[in-house]
Amino acid sequence: MAFASPHVTAIAVEATEFPDLVRRYRVSGVPKTVVNDRVEILGALPEPAYIEQALSAASPENEPDPSRQS
Amino acid sequence: MPGLISPGDEQKLRDAFAEMTRNVRLLFVTQTLGCETCLQTRQILDELPALSDRIAVEEVNLILEGDRARELGIDRAPGIAVLYEDEAGVRHDPRIRFMGTPAGYEFISLVQAVLLAGGRPPTLSEESVKRLAAVDKPIVMQVFTTPT
Repeated sequence: MAFASPHVTAIAVEATEFPDLVRRYRVSGVPKTVVNDRVEILGALPEPAYIEQALSAASPENEPDPSRQS
Repeated sequence: MPGLISPGDEQKLRDAFAEMTRNVRLLFVTQTLGCETCLQTRQILDELPALSDRIAVEEVNLILEGDRARELGIDRAPGIAVLYEDEAGVRHDPRIRFMGTPAGYEFISLVQAVLLAGGRPPTLSEESVKRLAAVDKPIVMQVFTTPT
């Protein structure tokens, strides 16, 4: 996916080595994909569904609410 | 020390890497102290250049070269950025990162990333490629996995 778009960054995180990230993103099973810190994809999905969910992170309804920024 | 990869797998990897048409650079973000798995990661990465002249590993010290690590978007160790060079020797960053030791299934993912960076066509469907080409905002995907 990162090869197909200059806007996509793909990061594989070895969960057992980064317990702080596991806590922050509430990872209780793998694989778990977190997109733009907002959209969560659990397990392995068929390619069209996986891409659909990943791209939904960039849709307006999933934009971060500026009034809630910490 | 015996290699971490079995002789049979070594040959399979050699054959796969022989198809590569671009040089791949693995930028390995490491630190000397306080990183329990950096040495193991380096040992795994060192197996790859032995299997293809097109693969090289470059170390980036997280503490001494913090700016360089930050440019790669990597703020902890061990981390790996997979880059490639075009025919003119210009580096390109397809924004593929590995955080943690690439052992077990992660090693297979790393090999796949090296092959993609090395010029293998992506395996995504035409429809997926079209959808991704239309993306105009940053999408950062963190995929959590375990080695087994």
